[in-house]
Amino acid sequence: MAARPTAVRTAGRVLLYVVLLAAAAGIMLPFAWMIISSLKMNNQVFTAPVQWVPDPFRWQNYADIWLKADMVTWLKNTTILSVTVTLLQVLTGSFAAYGFAKMRFPGRDALFLVYLGTIAVPWQSYMIPQFQMISGWGLNNTLLSIVLLQAFGAFGVFLMKQYYESIPDSLCEAARIDGLSEYAIWWRIMVPLSVPAIASLTLITFVNTWNDYLGPLIYLRDRELWTIQLGLKSFIGQYNAEHALIMTGSVLSVLPIALIFLAGQRYFVEGIATTGVKG
Amino acid sequence: MATPVVDQPAAVLPGSALARPRRPGTRLTARNALIGWTFILPNFVGFAVLTLVPVLTLFYLSFTSSNIFGTASWVGLDNYQRLLTDKGFHTALGNTFYYAAVHIPLTIVVSLGLALLLNQKIRGVAFFRTVAFFPYITSIVAIAVVWNMLFSPEYGPINQLLGLFTDGALPGWTVSKDWVMPAVIIVGTWRDMGFYMLLFLAGLQTVPAELHEAARIDGASTWQRFWNVTLPCLRPTMFLVTVMITIASFKVFDLILVMTDGGPGRASLVLSHYIYTKGFVQFEFGYASSVAVVLFGICILVTVVQFVYNKRKEA
Repeated sequence: MAARPTAVRTAGRVLLYVVLLAAAAGIMLPFAWMIISSLKMNNQVFTAPVQWVPDPFRWQNYADIWLKADMVTWLKNTTILSVTVTLLQVLTGSFAAYGFAKMRFPGRDALFLVYLGTIAVPWQSYMIPQFQMISGWGLNNTLLSIVLLQAFGAFGVFLMKQYYESIPDSLCEAARIDGLSEYAIWWRIMVPLSVPAIASLTLITFVNTWNDYLGPLIYLRDRELWTIQLGLKSFIGQYNAEHALIMTGSVLSVLPIALIFLAGQRYFVEGIATTGVKG
Repeated sequence: MATPVVDQPAAVLPGSALARPRRPGTRLTARNALIGWTFILPNFVGFAVLTLVPVLTLFYLSFTSSNIFGTASWVGLDNYQRLLTDKGFHTALGNTFYYAAVHIPLTIVVSLGLALLLNQKIRGVAFFRTVAFFPYITSIVAIAVVWNMLFSPEYGPINQLLGLFTDGALPGWTVSKDWVMPAVIIVGTWRDMGFYMLLFLAGLQTVPAELHEAARIDGASTWQRFWNVTLPCLRPTMFLVTVMITIASFKVFDLILVMTDGGPGRASLVLSHYIYTKGFVQFEFGYASSVAVVLFGICILVTVVQFVYNKRKEA
């Protein structure tokens, strides 16, 4: 390969960085605006030209929001839901994935096709019969309804199955010869080996449940049951002129997720890449 | 993998005492199936009851007059007949196709572009990847309210920026019937592109470096290598991404619900939103189900078409 002149190479490199930095700035702009506005006086949010540095910094917003909005209840409910759903999804998902990836029995592949088929079916198309059914059980307007809605998704099964298939079958065979039952193989061999995949599934499920808006919107009517998304939306409706405070609430709703994401982003990326790459 | 033919002590075989004498292989298969099912059942029961049953019920429901009072009588094709003349439904269908027609190609181009930029050996790749993916994990409500402020026609930063370049009329964005769809498409693309970028990045790792090397030696330009090496190797990823974006576009809902509530007027009303309104606001469960069947049909149809197309290309 002919070596290109270094000057051209360097120029290309600089251009690449300029493009990437500009793109990054553009992508992050809404978040920057959110944080900046959350620290402003309300009448400073919309100004021409845009004021990029709050003057003065109004930290008081972060105290006021707890008084004006029932953030404690919302955060508590959202946390309960996210933790419960994540536990169930990881447990049942990895358990089922073992059956699909490491056991052979009649009907297994047909069953997996059923799971696969539902990828193409949007929840919005069956939310009505599902609502009628869950209401019929008397679970409308309970946190349990959201748990049921989210905990048995096919996604966990796919992700864990994909990962289990990358673990050599010879390991299981050896364990079987040693007299371990299938359940023991799952618990003592597969689970410890699949920690990265479990981490991916945990993070992705937690974030999805935390951010879910439609499920709670349809099922949770009582204020005491509201999640952070429902609460924030109602707060926006109620105080629609309080731009700075709305931004404060938005920052607080995003913050836990942002921290979780930054701490475990490797697992997010790997989880999405493994489910995606094989199709 | 063969069925494990390991002779285990009879004591650990549950139910083996009940089994009639058969060839040992058959018994092992049956036992294996039983154990296999116990692994799958906890998830499958939840999945079957909460997903499969509602999907099947949907079709029945769409032929009834089910409503809030719990009365449901069989009305045959009445609901579907009503769809033919329902202006609201037609608007929702049109807007959904509008969203899909712009959002699908736009998101593919942008996310593939990002993935190609980040697939190079440069410093800071992890940082840029994090930035691009971040919008995808933040909540719809926070995103919608921030973008609404950014799009604010008079004092929003976006129009202030545009004002620097033009003296003409600025777009009204979410308060304008003509600009509301472009506005939600921009936000939708901004939010989704990081996710698909990750899928493309994973796909790009499977493109053999030797192919690029060979093409370069043959004198192929960067552009030619992209079209003749990268894209063909990416086809499985491209298929997956296209199917996923297509379904995501046709079912688009929460973003638009929070940003514009379908307005102004019905200018950003989409199919899922119409199902929601008919079902959970006006409690016409039966009629809403017939709209849902249409959404279901579109999603299945485009998936099957893309699947067949992909298979044919593969052959």
